Amino acid sequence: MTTYRKPVSNTWWLESKPYFLFVIREFTSLFVAGYCLFLLLFIAKAGDSQEAYATLILSLKSPTSMVFHLISFTFILYHAITWFNLTPKIMVFHLGEERIPNALIAGAVYLSWGVVSLIISWLILGS
Amino acid sequence: MATRRTCLWKRGVKVSETFEMEIFRYYPDKDNEPFIKSYEVPFRDDWVVLDAINYIKDEIDGTLSYRWSCRMGVCGSCGMMVNSVPKLTCSAFLKDYPSRKIRVEPLQGFPVERDLIFDMDDFMNKLTEVKPYLLRKEGEEKPLEEGEYLQSPAELAHYKQYTLCINCMLCYAACPIYALDSNFVGPAAIALAQRYNLDSRDQGRNQRQEVIASHEGIWECTFVGECSVVCPKDVDPAAAIQRAKVSSTLDWFKEKMIPRSKG
Ligand code: SF4
Ligand code: FES
Repeated sequence: MTTYRKPVSNTWWLESKPYFLFVIREFTSLFVAGYCLFLLLFIAKAGDSQEAYATLILSLKSPTSMVFHLISFTFILYHAITWFNLTPKIMVFHLGEERIPNALIAGAVYLSWGVVSLIISWLILGS
Repeated sequence: MATRRTCLWKRGVKVSETFEMEIFRYYPDKDNEPFIKSYEVPFRDDWVVLDAINYIKDEIDGTLSYRWSCRMGVCGSCGMMVNSVPKLTCSAFLKDYPSRKIRVEPLQGFPVERDLIFDMDDFMNKLTEVKPYLLRKEGEEKPLEEGEYLQSPAELAHYKQYTLCINCMLCYAACPIYALDSNFVGPAAIALAQRYNLDSRDQGRNQRQEVIASHEGIWECTFVGECSVVCPKDVDPAAAIQRAKVSSTLDWFKEKMIPRSKG
């Protein structure tokens, strides 16, 4: 039997808001990976000498670096929040017949995020 | 796609308020390409989209083809794209479209046979592939006279959500991955496999893994999540797929990390 199959356009992800947001979520992972790479290279370079460390710290204060950090931060935040909100779908726990509410699981993830961030801030700023 | 128009007024029907229905039409023996035909139907507060389509069929154009049966969100046969969103047309009310105009098309991602009817063989084959029934290991089947396999309410709670699927295929229509690659086993079939995998009476997970853990299975899914959004029964197939990914990853770790005991 002859059938008709609607072709999928290359811009399918622009045709609906949820698809667009999904693609943005995937796209932001580039910033997560990119920033990890940046941090590793930064640490490697900073360890070279006292001067190298001082130059790098100074370069962090440049406008380009500020813009780079602001953009990376926004995208990484979006990435983290979207994934944290999806966590309860992946981690399903039951207490007897009752399923542990999604809000509780997501809340626990946000709480751990907050605690880890605090510890890191304390280590960096407090030392 | 050209738009053809049929007006209700010409048929002498008296209505105070109307609703415009743009319907996808395709008759492969006659039309090379599908087209959109517009119909005016009476607007009634208590009408669902399916009522309006039935009105067109009964009063305006008897050649319109589509599927439906129960009219109460149970049989899963009336799924269509309403304004590009997969919906059960027997549960989508006209009054929820204040512009008084909608476009109705067949569920996205499937080959269309005629008008709003699409070919569902692919989905049916996938359902069969995941073995959606209780499987027991060889030699572990209880003889009939020993009665049924018992299960506690807590054990039932682990998979009950996945039993609610009505095979309406809305989740497939919402999935861009399935539209791009129809080899993907897809949301409902994987959710159904999970329904049995999580059932304490079942021992067939290994048999299903061949299909589920394949590239066309869970790993094709990128967690767009729209399948769960459109699901009329809150089955949450997206979650079923992600949970299956976690279990398959754990399997892999166990296989690599824990040396198999011999004998
Ligand atoms: S999982 Fe939901 S959307 Fe998919 S076929 Fe089942 S009931 Fe329909
Ligand atoms: S007609 Fe049965 S679900 Fe809509």
